[in-house]
Amino acid sequence: MGTNKNPLETKEGYQNYVDQKSPNSPIWKNCFNAFWVGGLICTIGQIISNICKQRGFDIATSGTIVSIILIGIAAFLTGLNIFNKIGKFAGAGSLVPITGFANSIVSPAMEYKSEGYVMGVGGKMFTVAGPVLVFGISASILIGIIYMIFNTQSITLV
Amino acid sequence: MKKIGKQTIQFDTPPTILDCASIVGPKEAQGPLAKYFDQTLDDEFWGEKTWEKAESKIIKETVNTLISKSGIAIDEIDCCFAGDLLNQCISSSFGLRELNVPFFGVFGACSTFVESMSLGAICTESFAEHVLCATSSHFCSAEKQFRFPLELGNQRPPTSQWTVTGAGSCILSKSGQGPFITTITPGKIIDMGIKDGNNMGAAMAPAFADTLVTHFLDTGRNPSYYDAIISGDLGYIGKEIVIDILASQGYNIKSNYNDCGVLIFDKAKQDTHAGGSGCGCCGSVFSGYFFKQLQEKKIKKMLLIATGALMNSTSSQQGETIPGIAHAISIEL
Repeated sequence: MGTNKNPLETKEGYQNYVDQKSPNSPIWKNCFNAFWVGGLICTIGQIISNICKQRGFDIATSGTIVSIILIGIAAFLTGLNIFNKIGKFAGAGSLVPITGFANSIVSPAMEYKSEGYVMGVGGKMFTVAGPVLVFGISASILIGIIYMIFNTQSITLV
Repeated sequence: MKKIGKQTIQFDTPPTILDCASIVGPKEAQGPLAKYFDQTLDDEFWGEKTWEKAESKIIKETVNTLISKSGIAIDEIDCCFAGDLLNQCISSSFGLRELNVPFFGVFGACSTFVESMSLGAICTESFAEHVLCATSSHFCSAEKQFRFPLELGNQRPPTSQWTVTGAGSCILSKSGQGPFITTITPGKIIDMGIKDGNNMGAAMAPAFADTLVTHFLDTGRNPSYYDAIISGDLGYIGKEIVIDILASQGYNIKSNYNDCGVLIFDKAKQDTHAGGSGCGCCGSVFSGYFFKQLQEKKIKKMLLIATGALMNSTSSQQGETIPGIAHAISIEL
């Protein structure tokens, strides 16, 4: 090669060097914590669901009750400055279940309360969850259309 | 005052740093430098309703503390340079609106403290007898503006830095007994293509290296001339990077170089990842810790280089790279 160009003085060389130098997130530890906390949250949901079914609710109603309870708990813990600590520890484990969704709506609502209830809470409440809603709803519409087209044997989902 | 070399300014009558003051938040109060600050706060709100108001109060009270301890009357201060990280620098302009001193708002991201001192020092060579410089930052208001709501349960990558809640301020005077600002090396904007907003140290390190090497070439000094070469908020990763960059250009700064963002927190106990950042980091650490070291003559010659990442949340979302800047001032007894 014989080049005397300092690799740290080129953008590419510098980027490669920085990638090497920057520590990565502890991925195995994060995965493990996400796995068991996420599992725990889902187990709690299942227990609530089983109790509901024992009390004579049908599956759909039981599912709704589970969602309401988990959302309520997550919103409450967000308000108490506890959910962010769980999230820091468990990452996707607490983010992916419905608890993460509740947190992503309550946290900006709290943060932007200082800008008033209309432009602050109302306007900023969905800054984090907004993209999830937009693409989640879009995806469900798309899947619904596919289901409608291919569902020639009139199979019902439930 | 004259220009030497490519971009360094040398003073004929070097201005004195008359006095400094600093106030920091609760997390900084648990850090290793706690005892050096004039005041530490118990909570982030400090009796205010919003974080923005709290930050304004911090810079306001820091300036009040400084004025009362320096013994300079407010009307003796000819002008003020101040800045912060919030949009349109509202912390400084709101915090200092009742000061009744001619005000220059300055934005240099986290390099603002040294930028203000540089401009202030230049003023003392012409019209000004006393110039006030102040900067602030607040962890909560910075997170709100640049990242996510505080209560959001997300994980910070190990390269991310922790914005310092605090403010630093100083009065520069035309005449005095020192410590003197002897030279200024204003930095150029350097962009090495880093896009990761969670790795500010890496984005700003090339600007630091450029300013430092330029300073050495312009002044004919070398790293061993200084007892301490101090960067503003490069953090642990930025610190390692600049040692490597400087070594690749033939300068060894390992023994006398450190970073305010590294010094202000205890990495192991405080979970601050790559270290402190923000205008208040360099401002409070210099005003609190280093100024006292200079007064006690434990440090006789220091080079303070504050680094800034000149981006905002819109530029990051649009995929722009992060331009860095670094301004240097040499302070000697």
